[in-house]
Amino acid sequence: MAAAGALGAGIDARSLDEAMSAEPHFVACDAGTTDAGPYSLGTGCPAFAREAVRADLETMLCGTRDAGIPVIIGSAGTAGADVHVDWTVGIVQDIVQATGRSLRAAVIYAEQDKDRLLSLLAQGRILPLDAAPAIDERTIKRSERIVGMMSVEQLQGALEQGVDIVIAGRCSDAALYAALPIKMGFPKGLSWHAGKVMECGTMAAVRRDRDGSVGNSGPTQYNRGVLLGTVTHYDARITAIGPGLACTPASVAGHSLYENGDPFLFAESAGVFDLTRSTYESADGQTVRIAGSAFHPGERYTIKLEGAELAGYASVIVGGIRDPFIIRQLDDWVQRALASIRSKVSHLLSHVLSKEDYKLAVHVYGRDAVMGAAEPGSVLPPHEVGLVLEVLAPTQELATTIAQISRQPLLHNPVPGWSGGVTTFAFLHNPAHLERGPVYEFNLNHIALPDTTDELFRTEIIDLVPGADRLPVTTT
Amino acid sequence: MVLSDAAALIRSKNAGPFLLTFDIIFTDPEQYWRVQRAHVLGPAQFADLYGCRSEDVRFFECPNALAFKFTIPRPRVQGSFGDPDLHGCQQYAPLMDLPIPIG
Repeated sequence: MAAAGALGAGIDARSLDEAMSAEPHFVACDAGTTDAGPYSLGTGCPAFAREAVRADLETMLCGTRDAGIPVIIGSAGTAGADVHVDWTVGIVQDIVQATGRSLRAAVIYAEQDKDRLLSLLAQGRILPLDAAPAIDERTIKRSERIVGMMSVEQLQGALEQGVDIVIAGRCSDAALYAALPIKMGFPKGLSWHAGKVMECGTMAAVRRDRDGSVGNSGPTQYNRGVLLGTVTHYDARITAIGPGLACTPASVAGHSLYENGDPFLFAESAGVFDLTRSTYESADGQTVRIAGSAFHPGERYTIKLEGAELAGYASVIVGGIRDPFIIRQLDDWVQRALASIRSKVSHLLSHVLSKEDYKLAVHVYGRDAVMGAAEPGSVLPPHEVGLVLEVLAPTQELATTIAQISRQPLLHNPVPGWSGGVTTFAFLHNPAHLERGPVYEFNLNHIALPDTTDELFRTEIIDLVPGADRLPVTTT
Repeated sequence: MVLSDAAALIRSKNAGPFLLTFDIIFTDPEQYWRVQRAHVLGPAQFADLYGCRSEDVRFFECPNALAFKFTIPRPRVQGSFGDPDLHGCQQYAPLMDLPIPIG
């Protein structure tokens, strides 16, 4: 069972209880993604509120308690580094404390030791993926944190320990659901495909209209419910359980190609699963039957790496412009403001900052902020634009100093068409700037080639007991 | 007729921090094949629409999912300074107005 697409997004307890009657072998939920951006990996902060994650974990642990089946959490705490895993273990410990029910947990750490990675790099055993940035050993040293994405093999090892909950660091989303079926001997292609469909929860389902049809009007609210997957030797069945929810061939096929560059081939640690010959048919009103999915073992076992490094600190100014004289020559107006800012920065800060040490970015909302250079353009000039100036500098103090220096050039920037003193920028805030804090960047899109499936990960089996700190059982 | 009339869903999304992927999904096979036969979707048309190089565009026809897919390198790495769309989720709008010949 997939309890939700993201731990902390909200799990529907009634749907979960209803789905438990189908006697699933496990309940899983993905808790992380790079989609939230590099900040979580860089800072160690999760993207979801602790209260939201705790509520979902409680729902999962409470709903599965009587059945005695494991709960599997992957990519704990958003980025799945050690700090995120420990944060999640701490929440489970709180639940143990509150409920008085002890739990045995397998905790799998996925953060990578830099010396080990430097050694792999020197041996030519770190290779680039599609559109990867160029890296060298300095990239690894500069990284705040690097995680390896575990797969089914590490989860299977943890599940063998007979634990109540697996709390995994960075993990392939689909592997959460493929691990146990593959371990039980079911076809790998179908197991992986079922996992891929289920990892986002009810995003792979649609809500039926009141007349029972699945209209093109689409869902009117977030799909509340859970997904059940059944893998057999011949097919995989995906069922949506929740008010008005259904899986349709279109919703399942459409979700199969979500967030992957290639709609047919999906790279995982031990090989590639292949949906080229997959078929989708409706089995009943709520269920879709998948067949024909394949798995091709790879020549080498690979672990995908993700890293984040500090780019600097940012301060931001938000405001708007309404004067049509400015809007009709906005590019020129913005360029003059930026030139004036740069000239003042150079004049005032040249002793601490060269022009390569800081960056300015302008986003013009109402015109092309969202798409930038790819914006095909509109016919009419907008009547109003929102403007965001971002400043990136080596320290927060410098970023804010540059933002403060930017205020006057935005506020009194001359406008052709008017003579006399002009005031040109409607600041949203007072002070005009916001301190955004550290800015991180993803710096790896690479795979490592380890000798064994387990050497880049560490598993601890711990007992979580009311009134006690976590008690280690074993470490592998 | 334009593409958003024929498709059930047009979307864009990160495929990891370094790639941007676009899905055009149909529920009506007739509409899928109409668009497929019209040859209005391909790397060259996409490159034209988005001002990128056609050799950077990967294009897929997925008849078993009644879908087309484009994938390009992300213009900026996700979440890097100045990236205006963290999830890459609002980059599909120009595809919506692509004219589809009727017939």
